[in-house]
Amino acid sequence: MDLILPDLGLLFWTGIVFCCLLFLLAKFAWKPILNAVNAREQKIAESLELAVKTQAEMKALKAENDQILKEARAERDNILKEAKDAANHMIEDAKTKSKVEAQKIVEAARLNINSEKAAAIAEIKTHVATLAIEIAEKVVRGELASDEKQKALAEKLAGDIQMN
Amino acid sequence: MQHFSKLSIFMRKVTILLLFIGISGFSFANKEKEFNVSEMIMHHIKDAHEWHLYGPEHGGTSIYLPVILMDNGLKTFSSKHLYHGESVEVAGKEQEISLHYVKGVGPASGYALYHEEIYKLNGAGELQFDGEHPHNPQPLDFSITKNVMSLLMGAFLILIVMFSVAKFYRKNGAVAPKGIAKFFEPIIVMVRDDIAKENINEHKYKKYVPYLLTIFFFIWFNNMLGLIPFLPGGANLTGNITVTLFLSVCTLLVTLFSGNKNYWGHIFWMPGIPVPMKIFMMPIEIIGIFTKPFALMIRLFANITAGHIIVLALIGLIFINKNIAWAGLSVPMALFISVLEILVAFLQGFLFAMLSALFIGAAVEEAHH
Repeated sequence: MDLILPDLGLLFWTGIVFCCLLFLLAKFAWKPILNAVNAREQKIAESLELAVKTQAEMKALKAENDQILKEARAERDNILKEAKDAANHMIEDAKTKSKVEAQKIVEAARLNINSEKAAAIAEIKTHVATLAIEIAEKVVRGELASDEKQKALAEKLAGDIQMN
Repeated sequence: MQHFSKLSIFMRKVTILLLFIGISGFSFANKEKEFNVSEMIMHHIKDAHEWHLYGPEHGGTSIYLPVILMDNGLKTFSSKHLYHGESVEVAGKEQEISLHYVKGVGPASGYALYHEEIYKLNGAGELQFDGEHPHNPQPLDFSITKNVMSLLMGAFLILIVMFSVAKFYRKNGAVAPKGIAKFFEPIIVMVRDDIAKENINEHKYKKYVPYLLTIFFFIWFNNMLGLIPFLPGGANLTGNITVTLFLSVCTLLVTLFSGNKNYWGHIFWMPGIPVPMKIFMMPIEIIGIFTKPFALMIRLFANITAGHIIVLALIGLIFINKNIAWAGLSVPMALFISVLEILVAFLQGFLFAMLSALFIGAAVEEAHH
């Protein structure tokens, strides 16, 4: 029967020991342990969140990089095209210019040639005139060597003038 | 490794038990007395003023614990003066039984020990029996009995273990646990998450976690100590009705002081049912307040005491049959039960904390709309 009857002395000691145990454990064991466990759990949760966030950021960054790369490529292509155009233009320009220049030179040469030719012709003309005069003088001297010849010539000349 | 040490503890337990019961059995045999298995078991599962180590039950080697009596002032002496006092045999009412008690000597004179209870001797210096129970008054006994000693050692063990766990975190901060912290952290987290958080309102459970943790580890550690058959274990502390009574009263008080308007409303004026039923339900609900912790008290007491009784009874088979060959049957069976008791030790702690959390949870629950 006394197996199921509570004992005052044991109740007293159980009360004291259990209350002390509850107090000491709550203050010096459960509090630091649970705080540490909670802090760690929070840390892990935050880390996981951060990882997800970082991943998203990385993705965004990558997309941005791709965009930049694409733009850079487009710009490069553009620049290359422009450069090519400019070069073509320059070549074209140069060609045109040189053509004009050449034409100018050719023109100048032709003018020169023409004037030289004219001068030469004039000189030849003079020379020929001189020669003709000399020949004519000589002929005339011959013609005029006798009176008959002078007379015949005069007549002929007169005949030419009349005809003209 | 842990498995092995549990096994070795058990083997030692069996050996010591055999030794203990064997010698006590022989001493009975010498006196031409039958080996009384129920007396042996009862002696083990009840409290005592000494801690028996080895040797015969009377006259073996024991640690004599201090006796503290409140009887016209504080009286303290060693229980040695009670156990080694003047032995008295009295014939009972029925002639075939003789009652045996010990009168204290020296500082213990004036007191007698009968069935581990201390009585005051009457004017004639003897106990006045009525049937098997003495009529003499009993002084208030605050002795450090075997159970109190076991309680102190258990509490000390819990403090050492949990302080070293706490020390790990204080030293290392919020890192992954190592060593002893690694072993106990999952259990602490289990109490917090699966017991407290699961049963108590999410916003209120934090307040009750220290209580539930303390009650769980108190029961678990003391259950495990009870399974060790020698110092520092062997007492039947958590199988003592006083201890389970105290623990269940704690849960009752926590529940009552946590009860909100909704809880008391459900007890005194159950909503949602007709008025005659409300009146009918009131006493049932009021009784329900007390039956819940009462069930807690009985469950722990019965489970642990039953475990001790089964192991002792199985070992007792050898001495009932007076043949060592019975050890071939009783030792493996006792081994099986002891391993089962290791599970039960944990399970009962878990159940007590779980049901406490359930009752507290019901008391702090908000009304559903």
